[in-house]
Amino acid sequence: MLLPRWLLSDRAGLVLLAVLAVIGIGVPVLNLWVPPDHPLHLTAYTVTVLGKYLCYALLAVAIDLVWGYMGILSLGHAAFFALGGYCFGMYLMRQIGTRGVYGDPVLPDFMVFLNWQELPWYWHGFDMFWFAALMALVVPGLLAFVFGWFAFRSRVSGVYLSIITQALTYALMLAFFRNEMGFGGNNGLTDFKDVLGYSIHANETRIVLFILSVLALAGGYLLCRWLVSTRLGRVMVAIRDSEDRARFLGYRVEQVKTLIFTLSAILAGVAGALYVPQVGIINPGEFAPLNSIEAVIWVAVGGRGTLVGAVAGAVLVNYAKTWLTGALPEIWLFALGGLFVAVTLLLPRGLIGLIRRREATA
Amino acid sequence: MSELISDLDGSGLRLRQETVDAHHGILLYLEEVTVTFDGFKAIDNLSLYIGDGELRCIIGPNGAGKTTMMDIITGKTRPDSGRVFFGQTIDLLKLDEPAIARMGIGRKFQRPTVIEPLTVLENLELAMSGAKRLRGLMTTRLTGEERDRIAAVLEKIGLTEQGRRLAGILAHGQKQWLEIGMLLMQEPRLLLVDEPVAGMTPAEMDRTAELLRSLAGDHSVVVVEHDMGFVRSIADQVTVLHQGRVLAEGRLEDLQIDPMVIEVYLGAGDAYH
Repeated sequence: MLLPRWLLSDRAGLVLLAVLAVIGIGVPVLNLWVPPDHPLHLTAYTVTVLGKYLCYALLAVAIDLVWGYMGILSLGHAAFFALGGYCFGMYLMRQIGTRGVYGDPVLPDFMVFLNWQELPWYWHGFDMFWFAALMALVVPGLLAFVFGWFAFRSRVSGVYLSIITQALTYALMLAFFRNEMGFGGNNGLTDFKDVLGYSIHANETRIVLFILSVLALAGGYLLCRWLVSTRLGRVMVAIRDSEDRARFLGYRVEQVKTLIFTLSAILAGVAGALYVPQVGIINPGEFAPLNSIEAVIWVAVGGRGTLVGAVAGAVLVNYAKTWLTGALPEIWLFALGGLFVAVTLLLPRGLIGLIRRREATA
Repeated sequence: MSELISDLDGSGLRLRQETVDAHHGILLYLEEVTVTFDGFKAIDNLSLYIGDGELRCIIGPNGAGKTTMMDIITGKTRPDSGRVFFGQTIDLLKLDEPAIARMGIGRKFQRPTVIEPLTVLENLELAMSGAKRLRGLMTTRLTGEERDRIAAVLEKIGLTEQGRRLAGILAHGQKQWLEIGMLLMQEPRLLLVDEPVAGMTPAEMDRTAELLRSLAGDHSVVVVEHDMGFVRSIADQVTVLHQGRVLAEGRLEDLQIDPMVIEVYLGAGDAYH
């Protein structure tokens, strides 16, 4: 076989990649080439919802990398997701051009509304796709690096670190709510028209975004799987299980933590950047502390420290959310809380752990 | 022997250790070291010298400062005053834990601390000196030389048959040996071993004594231990710590009849058998 050993021995991962290949091909076919009146036809709405799940799954993989393999329970990962989303949203805003309500060729509507005369310095460059795409990686990565550098060097860990990450995302939410920040305040960024010249509402554009989400998830998964199979991956596990042991073996724990935390934030940023054009809006609500906690629950439900479990958990919980918030909107939060309690008590290793136990006893 | 160590290619980076200058015969110097925790002197003007290749036992009642002393040597705790040198030239007080570990000081914790979800081989690989920089970590392979080193250590700690088992399912004694094996993979000049035989069966104790004795000579070994029978079976030199300072030093037979030692440490009579 041509596959490297680290991938061959990962049976669940191969299943995941096969599933991604099937939906990556199947979904476009069912949407574009199956006639709308056919029962197998997938609507653009369904494609968008699936694409959204894939972005969430990539965020979950990013969380599992730091939590499942290195023991850092980040309750602020949605912040990196949202920052990636804002970066790409800024590009989409600049693409609107004169088609906004006020027709200003440079300033987005909300800036005209605030009587701003010129574009703030930090909006420059975002009219270029490559720059915005790069910033969607750099901004979350840089924040994670600076945050990690200080937090890990001061040896902040455990519940204290979790609380600080939660505070980080909350602070960002409050900041982004302010109109003076220049990110559209409360309303965020929306009314997008097109991306790279193609209408964002066109079926074909949605399909391309969907396929990109499939590729991003597959790529993110492979990167993380490879990483945890290297020596560095074993150092991460050593840090998770016995930080002192790792340190007295001669490892610079804070450097490893900062590196992996930064990488994880970049993956979350990619997920956010793909999410925004598909849902058509990004607002400060994405920074809400609850979002980060929800993402951690996906990973817990799927089974942490497995990567595949993170994907399964993200998709299943979000499917349940889509269904429940439609059918019985008021009980969703209770259901989510109950799910977390149930998984913690009954399935400490999540769904993947359950499957593995079944296999072991069979 | 196993998949993990069957790769002959790949490049492991060896970290160049600064050579430790022990030509005066002394490997570790602690001089007039004092540490205070909230007004309590955990270590009080302690001076201690460990010879090159020596096997030294350190005994003392609870709270005598044994673990704090190890914390100072390994960089976990900074003393208020005093000097700690590794060989003639290396000032350990200027280094942090990973740097001290890379310099060649290995530390075994009291509770066996191995990485349970990893195999025995992976634990040893993790501890291997060199390859602790990022470039060396981005690989899944081992060189032939690394493979040989792991095999040699496995044999030394008697876990050759267990190489592919998870460390978490090893017996208590085996975990202790694995952790000693991990220290050996670091190629240390000095091993600090905290209560290696706590909870061991007599047969396991004998093997541990044999293992530690075989390490002396090539390495300096400092063993903190409560079990007097075990101390008698391994040590040439014994240091008695009391209230953060050295109370007495010498051969165990001489210390046993030292009235000062008997009073503070062996006084209860039943503690000593």
